[in-house]
Amino acid sequence: MSNIPKDLRYAATHEWVRPEGDGVFTVGISEHAQDLLGDMVFVELPDVGDQVSTGDDIAVAESVKAASDVYAPISGEVVAVNEDLEESPELVNSDSYGDGWMFKIKADDEGEVENLLDAAGYQASIDEE
Amino acid sequence: MSSTTALHAKHLEAGAKMVDFFGWEMPISYGSQIEEHHAVRQDAGMFDVSHMTIVDATGPQAKDYLRYLLANDVAKLKDKGKALYSGMLNEEGGVVDDLIVYHFDETNYRLVVNSATREKDMNWLLSKAEGFEVTITERSEFAMIAVQGPNAKEKAATLFSAAQKEAVEGMKPFFGVQAEDLFIATTGYTGEAGYEIMVPVARAEQFWQSLVDAGVKPCGLGARDTLRLEAGMNLYGQDMDESVSPLAANMGWTITWEPADRDFVGRKALEVQREQRTDKLVGLVMKEKGVLRAGQKIRTENGEGVITSGTFSPTLGHAVAMARVPADTGSQVEVEMRKKWVTVDVVKPSFVRNGKSVL
Repeated sequence: MSNIPKDLRYAATHEWVRPEGDGVFTVGISEHAQDLLGDMVFVELPDVGDQVSTGDDIAVAESVKAASDVYAPISGEVVAVNEDLEESPELVNSDSYGDGWMFKIKADDEGEVENLLDAAGYQASIDEE
Repeated sequence: MSSTTALHAKHLEAGAKMVDFFGWEMPISYGSQIEEHHAVRQDAGMFDVSHMTIVDATGPQAKDYLRYLLANDVAKLKDKGKALYSGMLNEEGGVVDDLIVYHFDETNYRLVVNSATREKDMNWLLSKAEGFEVTITERSEFAMIAVQGPNAKEKAATLFSAAQKEAVEGMKPFFGVQAEDLFIATTGYTGEAGYEIMVPVARAEQFWQSLVDAGVKPCGLGARDTLRLEAGMNLYGQDMDESVSPLAANMGWTITWEPADRDFVGRKALEVQREQRTDKLVGLVMKEKGVLRAGQKIRTENGEGVITSGTFSPTLGHAVAMARVPADTGSQVEVEMRKKWVTVDVVKPSFVRNGKSVL
């Protein structure tokens, strides 16, 4: 059973979202997602300053097994990316909710986050897979 | 209902992630597949390969039978215990399976064939045995453990009896010896030194645990695949199958053409293929970000090709692949990756040996 922190919100496509204040949200992929993908070998991140819309494929998590798109869970501007993943993509495996974060988005509309799943909802969506 | 090996409980106990591998429930990894890969390149790792099929061919005509069955020629085997890699072909010159055959004497051989093709292989071995005085016996009473890596032999030897140590003393690569209850062979599928050890099923769990205690890291099928690919070794069903000529699968070196009057299954078709030229299997190297993967399309000046196996190479830190391409392909090809065409380098299909890059 993988860890699904209660204080985060989730997209059905396995991204997690954490509010950082000032309308900024950190995004990564869930422990369940990294477990499905296996050892990460490359993470392609968006550029800081990119305008993204909900559902856009803006990053790629490439593991030994497969390449998987990472989608923007909310619309806004990319204000930071996790440059440590360039050298250490395995952080996504070892600490998916912490050091393995991928990018931060300044939301166009903070209320959009309310449309995402809570921990129980995400658990239910995994169980349906 | 899937099959399990004698070591199944040990895999579960170690928390392995299990997958279905052609009807066998096998460990894909016990944690990090890349760490398992590095253990084999830098120290010692082990694989449960008990799902592979061990078959003995014995009898007055065992040698004649194998000279007919296999594209490589067991007549080359003179020393007791010497092993040979060969394709087993069909009449059309396609590869039914690849295997290793150990020679004990001219009436006594042991074959190790793939698990994915077990039933097909057994039927094939039996059907081709018609007319020969040979007995085909499956040896399912053995489990098999491959212990591989620069420190593998030393660590495995801590489990051997005095007689077993003596039996493997100075044994060259590609030999096998029965020593008391173990069959110990200097073969493998990783490009590293080590042993493949057949151990009686009843003793398998204890043997595996003793290897763990000796510092040998359990490794799953995931690491096995990246290791064999780095070593440029084919995987049956992926790099070749019944529809592929060994000449198009980098197996030309395993075909013994002389003496010309040796009739072996597939010979006539193979001679025609040699005349007409086939595609070839090459290695690909891509140093940019991204991973080459099986099934990706290839464009060359002389036609299309396809990647048969591809991965991220943990040892080299970039992508490598094997690909089937037209015979006169040059030093670069284009690969379609995620809807973009990327230019990559063509090399011989071998990337890493004994822990080091051979590029």
